[in-house]
Amino acid sequence: MTPIPPLSDAAFALILALFLLAPLAIAGVALINTGLGRSRSAAQSLLGSLAILAVAAIVFALIGATFVGAPGAAGHTFQLAGKPWSWLGAGPWLLGGLNTAAAQSQLTLLFEILAVALAAMLPWGSGADRCRLIAGCAAAAILAALVFPLTAHWIWGGGWLAQLGVNFQLGAGFLDGGGAATVNVLGGLGALALVWIAGPRRGKFPKEGLSTALPGHNAVYVLFGCLLALVGWLAWNVAGAVLFLHAPLSALPMTAVNTLLCSAGAVVATFAVTQIRFGKPDASLCANGWMAGLVASSACAGLVTPLAAIFTGLIAGIVTPLLVELFELALSIDDPSGAIAVHGAGGLWGLLAAGLFAPQAGQLVAQLVGIATLLGLILPLVCLLFWLLNRVLPFRVDSDGERIGMDLHELGGGAYPEFVIHRDESYR
Amino acid sequence: MKYAGLLVMPAGFFLSIAAVLLFPAPAPRAAFVFCGLAVEAMGLVVAVRGHMEELREKRP
Repeated sequence: MTPIPPLSDAAFALILALFLLAPLAIAGVALINTGLGRSRSAAQSLLGSLAILAVAAIVFALIGATFVGAPGAAGHTFQLAGKPWSWLGAGPWLLGGLNTAAAQSQLTLLFEILAVALAAMLPWGSGADRCRLIAGCAAAAILAALVFPLTAHWIWGGGWLAQLGVNFQLGAGFLDGGGAATVNVLGGLGALALVWIAGPRRGKFPKEGLSTALPGHNAVYVLFGCLLALVGWLAWNVAGAVLFLHAPLSALPMTAVNTLLCSAGAVVATFAVTQIRFGKPDASLCANGWMAGLVASSACAGLVTPLAAIFTGLIAGIVTPLLVELFELALSIDDPSGAIAVHGAGGLWGLLAAGLFAPQAGQLVAQLVGIATLLGLILPLVCLLFWLLNRVLPFRVDSDGERIGMDLHELGGGAYPEFVIHRDESYR
Repeated sequence: MKYAGLLVMPAGFFLSIAAVLLFPAPAPRAAFVFCGLAVEAMGLVVAVRGHMEELREKRP
């Protein structure tokens, strides 16, 4: 495996500064999750985001970081068809030697901690209004200890997906500078697994007729969350381009421009689609479109031209509202935050677009192999782990808890105590 | 049925890996990777249909 090229002092200082902005992406997603949930679960949703961030960070730092490894570092490898397949990193346990490690390794660890926190928060948004806090934290611990490290090693830590280029002449190997796969697709697939296991909110899918609309309670949170997420995503994609795509400093402005163009293209497309379909633009679907553009940019912003970034965003923006509708109306998947469509499907599209528009020959096949790995291996693995967890620590709150709201049930008080919560007709 | 679909999906993954290992030429390699993805898509469809049937039975 090729070791990581050392960063210049200027690049190091830039990335460190960017990491101070990257948590805004997490804040944005937390606000979006809260706003798209119901008012009687708002405090539990936001507290859950904080708790999940904390649990994921600690579990990853203590356990998961061991398995991520780094290009050129020690790892577990087997030989197949005469080629080395690095399937698991072998770093020191419990942050051993971190104090004396190279500053660049510490910087990469910080990026990975932020990444795992964001990935672990995505299923929480999909389980809004019915998932217990303790089960959400346990799911985050599983993702941080097992699933994220595996994926991150394969893609960022010099694992077999990253080596597809060296070993099999597939472009530059599977590329994912901003975490479209390791963060967004992983979180989206986790959301799908959680929604499948926990089931829909009570009254969402009645025996007869269409599904009941349970709109988010605060569009301002959702849209402000989108603006916060933009700042975080710009930082995230630029830092990821330096760390994982080894982009020179001169290429970073274009990465930022592509990020912005991709999300802009997506929101314009969603605006148009919802205007045409419903006669008026839909705020929450436009927010979903914006986020899907950001997610798609995570994969391709550092690799493609601005025109390709706009095209990627446009497709993401067209597909996302249709997928949200398809999941809810046709497939009976109750996903309040839209994480499956936005982060799961948006991330997969971004990875595919990176393969389509990247200049290297064979890059498309490398990206397709990565997508096949995420869908064919990671999704069943997450489903299995969440299913086992659900046997020990059920995700779903009892029906009484769901009726009175997660705030009162789990926290003993609501997020908006001075407001009267109206009786919900669906519980009659 | 949901779990049967999820069990089919790794088969698609292994098909994609086999394509990378067995076909050095770009065209058949890409074709078989696509086949692997198609198998995964079928598994996902079966899993989703299983989910829908399960929900239909549980609806109050």
